[in-house]
Amino acid sequence: MREDASFQQDFLIKGGDFTGAGKVSCEIKNLLKELGLSSQVVRRVAIAAYEAEMNVIMYAWEGRFNLLITPQKIRIIVEDQGPGIENIDLAMREGYSTATEEMRELGFGAGMGLPNIKKNSDRFLITSEPDRGTRLEMTILTNGQRPQ
Amino acid sequence: MIDVLEPYIIGRGGGGKGLLFRRGMTMILKDILALVNGELLTPEMDLGIECPGIFASDLMSDVLTFINPGFVLLTGLINSHAVRTACLTDVTAIVFVQGKRPDMKVVDEAREKNLPVISTGLSMFEACSKLAQFFPEHPQ
Repeated sequence: MREDASFQQDFLIKGGDFTGAGKVSCEIKNLLKELGLSSQVVRRVAIAAYEAEMNVIMYAWEGRFNLLITPQKIRIIVEDQGPGIENIDLAMREGYSTATEEMRELGFGAGMGLPNIKKNSDRFLITSEPDRGTRLEMTILTNGQRPQ
Repeated sequence: MIDVLEPYIIGRGGGGKGLLFRRGMTMILKDILALVNGELLTPEMDLGIECPGIFASDLMSDVLTFINPGFVLLTGLINSHAVRTACLTDVTAIVFVQGKRPDMKVVDEAREKNLPVISTGLSMFEACSKLAQFFPEHPQ
């Protein structure tokens, strides 16, 4: 990839679509693998993307992923229309969850999603407006070689 | 490498006496299948892959947060989220415990993703205790 080259793609995610959950993250993972990025970087992006995708499916009505790939970084902006998050500090706390019983039966909703996105990102921003939606921005540097 | 290779040969030779395992030997998927007396639901898949460790959980949130790449996932969750989570976290194989068998659709999805899946009649606890002695502890 040239220094100034970049690639962008948008993905739409429907709230409540548990059947299709993970499809977008798998697509992103395959794309990054094809580009030959290191497996640690690909894995971190895949995990962060899946957590974000599940959050849209579980809590929002609709969401849009904007993926940007440059030689230096991978950035995903997730914007959803949904109930938003009233208290972001609380939502960022490990173990805090507003998931329903149904979500927990599917193996999710343990309150680890947002902290895990932050853990896997080199840069993480979150803003939310109650009754409007939530915006996440996660950036992972392509040269990032974090310990496992 | 001799200390690894030697028990490797003994372990898989068997000579009709069944499989022998030794602490510290490198475990491959075939060993795990034998230890849990499991059934491979994706028969065409390669069982010669090395497995550096095991992670056991029904909670995919925990798998996404704590599992190491290359590990085998033991779970009682048999829906497609187990397969997708495993695939996204670079899991080597899934072992479904307690005699649970996922739908054919889920098995097909695992096959598409080149992910071996095994079913064992053992409980989570029994499967973990059978496997634990062959894997060193992995600090998180």
